[in-house]
Amino acid sequence: MSVLPPPRKSPQQRTTSPTQPPQVRSRAAMALSAAAAEGRFVLQVCPECDSVQYPPRDACVSCLNTNLMWQDVDPSGTLLAQTTVNISVNLYFRERGDWRVGTVHLDAGPSVVCHLHCDCVTRGRVRLINRLDRAGEGVMIALPEGGKATLQSDPQLNALSSDPTHRRVLITDARAPNTPMLAKALLEAGAATVFVGEAESWLPYPTRQALDKVKNVEILPLDVTDTASVQRLAAEIGGKTDILINNARFLRPGGVMARGSTGFASQEMEVNYLGLMRLAQAFGPGMCARTADGVNSAVAWVNLLAVSALSNQPGFGTFSASQAAARSLSQNMRADFRASGLRVMNVYAGPTDDAWQQPVHPPKVAPIALARAIVTGLREGLEDVYCGDVAQDIAQRFRENPGLLEHEVTAGELG
Amino acid sequence: MTRRQTYDGVVLAAPFTAPYTRFSTQSAHWWMAKALRGTLRAAGLRKEQIDGFCASSFSLFPDTAVGLTQHLGLSLRYLDHIPMGGASGIVAMRRAARAVQAGDVDIVACVAADTNQIDSFRKLLGGFSRFASDAAFPYGAGGPNMSFALLTDRYMQDTGATRADFGALCVAQRSNALNVPYAMMKRPLTLDQYLDARMISDPIALFDCVMPCAGGEAFLLMSEDRATALNLPFARIDGLIERHNAHSDDPIQGRGGWTLDIDDLYTMANTDPAGIDLLQTYDDYPVICLMQIEDLGFCAKGAAPDFIRNHDLTITGTFPHNTSGGQLSVGQAGAAGGYIGLVEAIRQVTQTAGPTQVRGARRAMVSGFGMINYDRGICTGAAILSRGDT
Amino acid sequence: MSLNTLATLAAEIATGAVRIVDLTHTLDPDFPVIILPPEFGQCARFRMEEVSAYDHRGPGWKWHNLTLNEHTGTHFDAPAHWISGRDLPHNTVDAIPVSDFVGPVVVIDCTQGAEKDDDFELTPEGIAVHEATHGKIPKDAWVFMRTDWSKRSGAAYLNMKDDGPHSPGPTPEAIQMLINKRDIRGFGTETVGTDAGQGAHYAPPFPAHYFLHGAGKYGLQCMANLDQLPPTGALLLAAPLKIKNGTGSPLRVMALVADGAS
Repeated sequence: MSVLPPPRKSPQQRTTSPTQPPQVRSRAAMALSAAAAEGRFVLQVCPECDSVQYPPRDACVSCLNTNLMWQDVDPSGTLLAQTTVNISVNLYFRERGDWRVGTVHLDAGPSVVCHLHCDCVTRGRVRLINRLDRAGEGVMIALPEGGKATLQSDPQLNALSSDPTHRRVLITDARAPNTPMLAKALLEAGAATVFVGEAESWLPYPTRQALDKVKNVEILPLDVTDTASVQRLAAEIGGKTDILINNARFLRPGGVMARGSTGFASQEMEVNYLGLMRLAQAFGPGMCARTADGVNSAVAWVNLLAVSALSNQPGFGTFSASQAAARSLSQNMRADFRASGLRVMNVYAGPTDDAWQQPVHPPKVAPIALARAIVTGLREGLEDVYCGDVAQDIAQRFRENPGLLEHEVTAGELG
Repeated sequence: MTRRQTYDGVVLAAPFTAPYTRFSTQSAHWWMAKALRGTLRAAGLRKEQIDGFCASSFSLFPDTAVGLTQHLGLSLRYLDHIPMGGASGIVAMRRAARAVQAGDVDIVACVAADTNQIDSFRKLLGGFSRFASDAAFPYGAGGPNMSFALLTDRYMQDTGATRADFGALCVAQRSNALNVPYAMMKRPLTLDQYLDARMISDPIALFDCVMPCAGGEAFLLMSEDRATALNLPFARIDGLIERHNAHSDDPIQGRGGWTLDIDDLYTMANTDPAGIDLLQTYDDYPVICLMQIEDLGFCAKGAAPDFIRNHDLTITGTFPHNTSGGQLSVGQAGAAGGYIGLVEAIRQVTQTAGPTQVRGARRAMVSGFGMINYDRGICTGAAILSRGDT
Repeated sequence: MSLNTLATLAAEIATGAVRIVDLTHTLDPDFPVIILPPEFGQCARFRMEEVSAYDHRGPGWKWHNLTLNEHTGTHFDAPAHWISGRDLPHNTVDAIPVSDFVGPVVVIDCTQGAEKDDDFELTPEGIAVHEATHGKIPKDAWVFMRTDWSKRSGAAYLNMKDDGPHSPGPTPEAIQMLINKRDIRGFGTETVGTDAGQGAHYAPPFPAHYFLHGAGKYGLQCMANLDQLPPTGALLLAAPLKIKNGTGSPLRVMALVADGAS
């Protein structure tokens, strides 16, 4: 893969305004978007007659059962026909020029009109994936079956991913133990520069040495608890931050009753919740304005969250509350960023391999696993990534029955 | 074989076309009124003399036919609204004919009209249908160009049809359209021009696409006795079929619902393809004309390319087809595109087609095809009309 | 007589014969605070959030909400700050007699020792050396330990190493001597606390805090410009905010220095 950086932008050139592919979807079709957020290929299946449905319906096309279930379905099929749309009524597609589309007959039954990877051939075998487009909605994409085709290997489809290649990344907290690994992984994935925010330069920290050794890392002052500091850095690099990874986190063990006061809780909220809001208010507008700014346009906002954001983990009860607040805020950010196409990716992890969770039983998420999950999530253009066994387990339980999960966790069975 | 009830005793009269314009500052209501007034004048009737009305339009929102009754001052005992795009004319006629035949209503005015304002085509596509918004429009937002491109690609693979075959059809229609003063396309089209045109969504190129425009089409349905009493030239309905969402298991559309009912149609009309003097197909892309020629029995399945090569489709040709130039050359005035062939066919068999008149036309077939709801056209219908004096 | 004194003072401030020295650091989000082991509650950093700035949040005015600890920046420690002083009367900033906020200050110059040794200790012997030159420390005076530490910035200020911060401070014996033998009003430093950076390793830990507040004395820390004060003769103005039950307070510390003071 070419590592030649894109040419510098002419300062006389107007920054292209972001446009979106069509956004209107029915409620049923939005379930496809929800699955695409996690990179899952699902279709509705009738639990009574096993008929697989597409497009999304409110009743079974075979037996009128109104209780259709979304489930993972064999994504294999045959490409029946294809076309290149040269003239579109939609600005997003017009700006991108010729756009390939095809009809795939799935082995599972239905025919699917979908985006086509450039390596797909008519009457050839393909597999479908379900990913978010820049409107934030799920779309079907055909890739050649068995091949190693990726979104990145097709110039048209690369727009659906948040590929770090050539992009400039800001990691917000130099002090977090995972920062050196994240910086390295992003650079290895092709990022041009990794900016790292450093709070309280008057206080030394162990990861600094490791960071100093990584080439193309720039350490800059940033304290997410200090509005002025966040605004200063945004003024400095907000116009060239293409991917922002917020790994700033304040964590102490204990729940409501173990804490004698709101002291730690307010620090948790200051860093984990208000810190995110400060970053969003300072960096969001600049990034949203640059989502169509060429090869290294602003593309994604990554929040590292604990999976206890989904359901409170009493041993880290008030921390979990701050994570739930941050998750809720990330949903708000998605709504606010939606028109720009700037993707908000939440990477949820279970217990991480760091000092504050030392007494927690394994499995724990190592920095390298987190780094891989972030890079993969960006490349696949995901919105929700569950990193590690614990996060995936909790997410599955959450999807199935949030009330049951709460009972399981508060009863200590999953604590 | 099922023999369905005929439409004996019901006739079509007073065909009227409100001349098309590329863009219009007027509303669909304005075009509706224009078309209704035209058909009433053609019949020498006042609006108080009709008791039935059927409307088709894409751009009436938020109104339907209901709003039009008050807007246009119509007091009716029969009111219908047919939102079936290219099948609207056939379906409107079928409903109204049965109502007239049963005595529920005396005279039904069937009207289809749409306006075309800057950007209204784009807006129509974005909200065309739920399946289209969910599963077609997000993919390149090519609208029907994209959908028909896929069907055309498949049809070419399956039949060996070439672009030149589609071109021959388009060139013939252009030749027909040159006789129509309000046609959007006013210059002759050569096969080379067709083949050299810029791609819109391959294999669909510029001259495979219709030109959206504003316009209206209308006609009246009544009993034969009433038409005679009014001294109106009229067309009889020899046969009439309608079918929706046929062959839904076909992975991609290669045939339409006509195939299920075509035998009924010919039986009802007591004729066969050889007895048809001219054919009006729904033509918003040439591939669908070829499919209709096959599915309506004029040639075997997959043999339409060869059929085109061996026939002259112009007014004076061996197989007069879309004699007014069709949507491909006259323009697509929204839902009126579902009426254009029917209104022209009434003119043809009543010998009132003027410059497009096919000499000796006694029996015409009209076919409708409508609504790419997701990946294929859902609504199909066809009718055989014949001269009233036979 | 008093009226006359104040009039003279005002006049001499106006002429510059009496200088007013600002001993305060600017409240700045980046100014270090004391760092405790992370499982303990921490001192809040100074933070300002704009409430409005002549904009839609308030068109004609600008103002901020502040967040800070009682012990953020240049600040005053009341006896209630430490467990040893928790049961004393008038041990909080709102209860301390206001007359205690104005008084004489003695400055012990430890700059030479602090320059050579980050862990420099002020000992009874060091106090004796000071007194040999500048006279005995009077009763009820503030005693400041001048190290010029306030001229440090960034990481050098806390001087945090793997084994904790390293900065000068008094030994338990020295602080006990100042309390028991000299009956001082309070003790002040340029470092982040009244105790040495490694003060946790004395017996008792943090002896300055422990003994001062146990005896009802006050502390001042994070001060600047002590080099502009004479060893004796300056008058200190150090009035904490009147915070209900407050254990300390950020404040503006000022000293009045007469022309020609030694």
